[in-house]
Amino acid sequence: MSTNENGMRESDLFDRATIHEIQRAAREGMYSIRGFGAKRKLPHFDDLLFLGASMSRYPLEGYREKCDTDVILGSRFAKKPIHLKIPITIAGMSFGALSANAKEALGRGATAVGTSTTTGDGGMTPEERLSSKHLVYQILPSRYGMNPDDLRKADALEIVVGQGAKPGGGGMLLGQKISDRVAEMRTLPAGIDQRSACRHPDWTGPDDLTIKINELREITDWEKPIYVKVGATRTYYDTMLAVKSGADVIVVDGMQGGTGATQDIFIEHVGIPTLPAVRLAVEALQEMDMHRKVQLIISGGIRNGADVAKAMAMGADAVAIGTGALIALGCNSPEHEEEYQKMGTSAGFYDQYQAGQDPAGITTQDEKLGARLDPELGGRRLANYLRTMTLEAQTLARACGKSHIRNLEPEDLVATTLESAAMAKIPLCGTSWYPGCDQGTF
Amino acid sequence: MGTETVNLLDTELRALNDRLHHLDLSKDPSHFVVEEPRGKHNIACGLTDEIVVDIKGHAGYYCAGMNQRATLTIHGNCGIGVAENMMSGTVRVEGSASQSAGATGNGGLLIVNGNAAARCGISMKGIDIVVRGSVGHLSAFMAQAGNLVVCGDAGDSLGDSIYEAKLFVAGSVKSLGADCIEKEMRPEHLKTVGALLERAGIDDVDPASFKRYGSARKLYNFDIDNADKY
Repeated sequence: MSTNENGMRESDLFDRATIHEIQRAAREGMYSIRGFGAKRKLPHFDDLLFLGASMSRYPLEGYREKCDTDVILGSRFAKKPIHLKIPITIAGMSFGALSANAKEALGRGATAVGTSTTTGDGGMTPEERLSSKHLVYQILPSRYGMNPDDLRKADALEIVVGQGAKPGGGGMLLGQKISDRVAEMRTLPAGIDQRSACRHPDWTGPDDLTIKINELREITDWEKPIYVKVGATRTYYDTMLAVKSGADVIVVDGMQGGTGATQDIFIEHVGIPTLPAVRLAVEALQEMDMHRKVQLIISGGIRNGADVAKAMAMGADAVAIGTGALIALGCNSPEHEEEYQKMGTSAGFYDQYQAGQDPAGITTQDEKLGARLDPELGGRRLANYLRTMTLEAQTLARACGKSHIRNLEPEDLVATTLESAAMAKIPLCGTSWYPGCDQGTF
Repeated sequence: MGTETVNLLDTELRALNDRLHHLDLSKDPSHFVVEEPRGKHNIACGLTDEIVVDIKGHAGYYCAGMNQRATLTIHGNCGIGVAENMMSGTVRVEGSASQSAGATGNGGLLIVNGNAAARCGISMKGIDIVVRGSVGHLSAFMAQAGNLVVCGDAGDSLGDSIYEAKLFVAGSVKSLGADCIEKEMRPEHLKTVGALLERAGIDDVDPASFKRYGSARKLYNFDIDNADKY
């Protein structure tokens, strides 16, 4: 609880942000829509620590001994699985939510380090196909811009059931971002609010999804890996159902995952954090004897190599980043502070992706703003960020004695809080216990 | 134009689709007859060539899915999502179609001689659909572009949250969905309906008997005063 200089107490319940939101709602009569991800404090990978090598473990030399990072995705059924050099992929973000230059920059950065990027609602742009060596094509409920030629051009397909920022919700792209090009790609009039459906139009459950996946395999002659992406909620069961439906790869997006435009109430109050989601997905895969056979990609709040290494130690095969990638391109950079101030915000607080006035030229369809982002420079920055994250993850893996990041394991981790111990089923530091386990069984 | 017959009792679906996906029309036949489909799913999906395919019986889900250029006839009923996301060509169902017929289709013509179940033309993006019988509830939900012509009746919530697609119904409409209204049937609409009926081979239904439905365009941009309409 904070106090002011006169010693007066601020309400914990009705704090300044809450008062601001109530008064905004009363003034505007509309729920708050914004971009970015959940801002509330949640148990996360920061609540885990690596044990590192000791008497019983042998470390690898940091600057000499090899620590591999590659990953193969889609080996279950696809004739042409994807082989990535690093286990950090770029999550689906639409052209529409992002500018064409931003999409190109993501492709360039990902390609430079040998990883994949992903389309989004609205279809595939020639720029991102051209700039991306490995491109995952999303199949969303709206099917905006969906066509079989692009399906065949893709390197993998991702059926999006939900995303972490809004499991159970559809998408929205507000009228101010519907340029002529976006409108044409989506077969809708320019300037209107575009609602993306929350349900797929031609399948309703896992049995139908099995047939849908087979249709996509037939159309692409069984070449492409097929991912199924879910927002983290009932993750244990969703993972099992996705495996049963025939997915090659499961993507689980925790509630910290970003969005281009969603109701604040949805972002902050629906879904579960990434930390328990990883554990639930891995448990489901292990129970089905599918761990490492169906690959698991985890997203939602991945920021650095420690997050990558911890997700992989818990059993993920790879991670995906969205918000971190946009920040690497320049989102929320202090260099735009003057313009942020004019919009009533500040670097570090900017989340108005839906408004389309991003001074960094990333979350906009305004041609002049979009032109501010140099896709080559943006791509270089993203590549640098991805390389740094990979080096960080390798550093941690070597310290734990692993010659491949994938060899990290839960036994390398301890939890610093009861909540994280319970959610991750990782023992509390200095004990062999986590809530729910019998003493001494871990 | 030679004809090749494929019997799905002794040929795997994968082999059929693989054959249809990799044709050399300078030497391969351009007419295929598929016998004994027996409700199999994903028959003849993802075609790209100007070929003719006759499916002699009932088909399962996603028959002719994402079709480009080909002309297919299903001599029977079909399951969910026939001609889903079709880009071009023609698909004719001689019987009735299950849910989501022509879902998200971008182009081409889908003809259903019987009835089509719920969500016919859902999120259609330019496809033309002609249904000789009736369509189920939530047909043309979020329909963006194209024409849906229904010679029979339409179920509940026709055209819910519709964008710019045009809906024509000769019979009754149980109810209209959010933002869908009846609109004036002008001469150009009579012409559109007449041309689509002709392409569908329907000559005993008068274009003048149709009513037109489309978007009121009141929910295109959010307005708090319309909150009770959503």
